[in-house]
Amino acid sequence: MSVIESELQATKLQPIADISVIRIEPSRSWLAVNLPELWAYPELLYFLVWRDVKVRYKQTVIGIGWTILQPLTTMVIFTVIFGNFAKIPSDGLPYPVFAYTALLPWDLFANALNRCTVSLTGSANLITKVYFPRLIVPASAIISGIIDFAIAFVFLLGIMLWFHIVPTWGAIALPIFLLLALMTALAVGLWLSALNVRYRDVGHAIPFLIQIWMFLSPVAYPVSLVPEKWRLLYSLNPMVGVIEGFRWALLGKESPDFKLIAVSTAVVVALLLGGLVYFKRIERTFADVV
Amino acid sequence: MSNVVIRVENLSKQYKIGAAKHRHDTLRDHLAESFKSLFGRDGRRSSVSGPEDTIWALKEVSFEVKHGEAMGFVGHNGAGKSTLLKILSRITEPTAGFADIRGRVSSLLEVGTGFHAELTGRENIYLNGVILGMKKAEINRKFDEIVSFAEIEKFIDTPVKRYSSGMYVRLAFAVAAHLETEILLVDEVLAVGDVEFQKKCLGKIGEVAKQGRTVLFVSHSMATVLNLCSRAILLRSGQLVHDGPAESTIKNYLAYHSSKSAQAFDNNPERSGNGVVQLVGARILNEVNQAASHLVAGRAASFEFRYKNMTGERRRTNILFAIYNQLGVAVSCFDFSLSYGLVERLGSGGVFTCHIPNLPLPIGQYYVNIKLEVNGEEADLVPNALVFDVDNSNFFKSGQTPQLRFCSCLIQHTWTQETEPEPEPGLTTRSIGEN
Repeated sequence: MSVIESELQATKLQPIADISVIRIEPSRSWLAVNLPELWAYPELLYFLVWRDVKVRYKQTVIGIGWTILQPLTTMVIFTVIFGNFAKIPSDGLPYPVFAYTALLPWDLFANALNRCTVSLTGSANLITKVYFPRLIVPASAIISGIIDFAIAFVFLLGIMLWFHIVPTWGAIALPIFLLLALMTALAVGLWLSALNVRYRDVGHAIPFLIQIWMFLSPVAYPVSLVPEKWRLLYSLNPMVGVIEGFRWALLGKESPDFKLIAVSTAVVVALLLGGLVYFKRIERTFADVV
Repeated sequence: MSNVVIRVENLSKQYKIGAAKHRHDTLRDHLAESFKSLFGRDGRRSSVSGPEDTIWALKEVSFEVKHGEAMGFVGHNGAGKSTLLKILSRITEPTAGFADIRGRVSSLLEVGTGFHAELTGRENIYLNGVILGMKKAEINRKFDEIVSFAEIEKFIDTPVKRYSSGMYVRLAFAVAAHLETEILLVDEVLAVGDVEFQKKCLGKIGEVAKQGRTVLFVSHSMATVLNLCSRAILLRSGQLVHDGPAESTIKNYLAYHSSKSAQAFDNNPERSGNGVVQLVGARILNEVNQAASHLVAGRAASFEFRYKNMTGERRRTNILFAIYNQLGVAVSCFDFSLSYGLVERLGSGGVFTCHIPNLPLPIGQYYVNIKLEVNGEEADLVPNALVFDVDNSNFFKSGQTPQLRFCSCLIQHTWTQETEPEPEPGLTTRSIGEN
């Protein structure tokens, strides 16, 4: 008898009373956010992220080079147009570093949001055939962006070296701003991915939305260019806090307006909680409408 | 401690079907369209919903499944079998009622769920395994077994998009077959791969059932259900109509077939075709040319089909009919054109008669689907147009025929027997006679 068979015997002999009973019924609670369940499937989350990363640059010629090419070309174009032609100030920093430091979290956010929005519809074949907490799908789409970020980040260190900029002690705070960027993408992504299941319009609107959002974030220009009286309204955009945080942590630009960052964080937390509730509420209909 | 592992009580599921965009000729089209719009990409635009726009895919279904039981679900398309499995595997929520499940469940509603074409066979085994609920350590342990079951050792590091469809399906089933959960929900995934592999899959599922794990199995093949399941449930339009031993449930399912044949020509929702030539009646004649519904194996029988040519034009026509046994297996097909080519002159109406000199059917119940083809298009298809029983036989001398499980048609044959030469001289050859 093989090992497998003896294991099966063991399964058979296990007293079934010990196994917990799952009740399947129409959900009544609107606030049925069952976060612990998410951790019951750590391997699934891991493998979905692994799949995303593995598949992303298959059958491409420059492969992983794409992760650097995107922020790099944007940086060059911004430097020429905004830095040289328009002479937009850059808080006293070399414009290329100024722009690239913002493009790093921005690309992370934009790509993550983009992938997250179409993640559920892209996994329709999974959702209609197997059960698992649906939250894993958008979550894995967000997390898989970290690899690209890490590679582009190493490149940033190279640029900083070139311009003789030494990171400050503030760099220790970088993970916090990275987390804030990811949370922002997840918060918005939860809403949009769930909406996209029912209304595919969302998928069409997303590139447009991301483009507008970039101009409302201090990627190509410094926050100091925004009139004082609009600052508070401006910082409702969570990416303002993220980008300001990155520039402060890495480039040692004068300490940022922590009030702005606090407002940004509060907005993200509110969006994320709302997104979770909304997502959980309509999650049970995904398989029927996707 | 009770040994009930699944308890389903008053389970119901309602779907909105949305306003129909165009008229449907048959109910089957209508349902297919409804389900397409439910699960398809344009279903989301339906906003109008009245009571007539909803459908109960499942209505107040209750049953219990005991530990180690192999339970089959039978019924027509749209009877609610797949909806039931989807609810039990927690993919979709019920509208009312509940189900209690004791133990780890894995569902196989499709082979190769989550396979990614760009990834290699090895990578897909892990991805698919984890999606189906296996742990990585478990997959590591079973990896070699899965690969050898799928017979793809040489291609394990090739992206699956380069696989033949057979290899793909074999790999997908192999992963699924190695799940170790206490409860397994299977939806017709066996209808894949070549015949050899299908047999292997069936064997594997049978093994699982014998190991004392609980299996819920949905299938269209009565023969498979009969082979694998001790108990079966019959669903019709979302309702449970019969629950009992597999044989009795299948009998019940087929009895419904025969009750429908009475209205095969007037009011058959499954009838389809463009209708330029239509069937208006069909009957069976026994060996003395009397209309009959009970035939004798080994004697002559005739099948008569009346038609009407609706426009009276000259048309190139073919008629064919297939006889199915009570397990849903097509026993044989009788195609006019195979012997005589196409019919050029139809007139305004007439009769086709097919004569079978020596009916080679084992004892059992049969039904007949008839099809008329005009200019290569389907003019009239009448499912379950005729039902008949073969209840006696003079095909073999004993008057008996083999069991349907082992036999779908009778073949004329002879036997001989030779005994080993005895010590004494003289060879004994005994002829047991013909037939």
